[in-house]
Amino acid sequence: MADIGASTKMAHELRAVYTLWLREMTRFVTEWTRVVGALAQPLIFLLIFGIGLNSTFRGGALLPPGFSYTQFMFPGILGMSVLFTSLFSSISVIWDREFGFLKEILVAPISQSSIVLGKMLGGATQALIQGTILLLLMPFLGLWPGMVGVLKLWLIMFLIAITLSGLGLALASRMSSMEGFQMIMNFVVMPLWMLSGAFFPLQGVPSWMEFLMRIDPLTYAVDALRGVMYGSSPLAKALVAHTFSFDLTIVALLALGAFILALLLFRRGEG
Amino acid sequence: MLQVEGLEKRYGAVHAVKGISFEVREAEIFGFLGPNGAGKTTTMKMLATLVRPTAGKALVAGYDVSTQPDEVRRSIGIVFQDPSLDDRLTAAQNLRFHAMLYGVPSDVAVARVKELMEMVELQDRLQERVKTFSGGMRRRLEIARGLLHRPKVLFLDEPTAGLDTQTRMKIWGYIHELREREGVAVFMSTHYLDEAENCDRIAIIDHGEIVALDTPDGLKSQFGGDVITLMTDDPETLLAAIRERWPQLKVRPGSQGQVVVETAEGASWVPRLVEAFVHHIQAVTLSRPSLDDVFIKLTGRAIREEEASAVDRMRLQRGH
Repeated sequence: MADIGASTKMAHELRAVYTLWLREMTRFVTEWTRVVGALAQPLIFLLIFGIGLNSTFRGGALLPPGFSYTQFMFPGILGMSVLFTSLFSSISVIWDREFGFLKEILVAPISQSSIVLGKMLGGATQALIQGTILLLLMPFLGLWPGMVGVLKLWLIMFLIAITLSGLGLALASRMSSMEGFQMIMNFVVMPLWMLSGAFFPLQGVPSWMEFLMRIDPLTYAVDALRGVMYGSSPLAKALVAHTFSFDLTIVALLALGAFILALLLFRRGEG
Repeated sequence: MLQVEGLEKRYGAVHAVKGISFEVREAEIFGFLGPNGAGKTTTMKMLATLVRPTAGKALVAGYDVSTQPDEVRRSIGIVFQDPSLDDRLTAAQNLRFHAMLYGVPSDVAVARVKELMEMVELQDRLQERVKTFSGGMRRRLEIARGLLHRPKVLFLDEPTAGLDTQTRMKIWGYIHELREREGVAVFMSTHYLDEAENCDRIAIIDHGEIVALDTPDGLKSQFGGDVITLMTDDPETLLAAIRERWPQLKVRPGSQGQVVVETAEGASWVPRLVEAFVHHIQAVTLSRPSLDDVFIKLTGRAIREEEASAVDRMRLQRGH
């Protein structure tokens, strides 16, 4: 009997995770303007920075001949897109609280872990969909890692998304206003992303900045994406710092840490 | 349905709820009346397992709020003071989401949604986004949603705050219908005195304590009698004559030359007074005490209506 009770409970919690995931997805699909906006942003970055900075970088010694700054930047842009989509998706908890909907979730007969998991998976799925659309650009940029490569990219993107949505959820559950989140955004997330090597490579920066870039966990995510996309081309030799399994380990640990943090900080009520 | 004993909540030095006890029976409409900040919402949050009690015990549908929160949550429906709908989704999507969270099988949910949406007269709006709904429509949708999983107790936190009179009356209609049809117990908080009249029993709460608990009529006869006002040309003579004839009766001069009689059974005293002093009395008015009088008597102040409506206004603005 106890087993039956436990398995129905399990089924109920799984359905709760699915329900919360479904809500995120329903909103994602309903708000197509948001989807378009989220897709347009990386494209604009790619277009303006890619073309604008291409000539600057071509003159330097960083890019091997025959490669463009767009190719250099694309993995970083992909990472950015995944990062912001998952972060914003989980930060919507603040809106949910503001507009009351969070209470509907909090009084439901479901466990806290299901709420956290459902929200995180919802955010991660949105981020993966956007990431996948961006991946379709790869052949046009002269980058194609093969099908195994695409699977590897998905894995990395998924882990980045889990990390950021977990982090977002942990922050959002301790924050009452969108203003506070803006602060974190400007002083934590933006620097982390800019120091991740998405815009400029590690090589040739002052040593204090190199140090910051090395301790920035996102550096390893961007490095992993680069490693997979460049394969064995000369670009990889010049720009990829670590092996895939090393980067993967770090990114996976980050995701796990963020998940645990979200579970610990996301609490039902006051006291 | 609800058994509360010595329930208490402290927030640091603030003693929000000071050990209250009461019981709500099956199919009863129980009102929690008090000014803003009296402890109504905190009590409701404790009963809904959103806030952990500092001390005391509360059973909801037989389950302990502290040790069996999941069972309690499954047995209750809640309509919060502020809207808790996802207004970017449609009414149908909000209801479906709720059914899934509470594990209502989808075929059961479809039939139930139809029935409830007819009751709250929103059946034509199912596919519309909640964003387009008025405040009253939202509240009605929330009541329907709160009942979707057939709760044993429905919690309504200020269910009609900020709504117009017509919508308020409609919502009261639904609440009575519910009790008839589903036998659900309703626990509601309000700061509207006229609304409390609709409840079977009322607890008046002030500064975190229950100061009185009875039916509306019981409260009125207990804490304030009927008032008979006699218009007369010669108040002094009439006053003296009444006092002489019925020394036990509470008589006092009115502020504008009338004579005022306070008694528990006003209706039966009017003919007696008129018969005895027909030449001295020009007109008679009999007024029943209002809950307002009861409230003033119990708490020493009027319920702060202006303050309450300011909060309502803010709430409406925040909610769009």
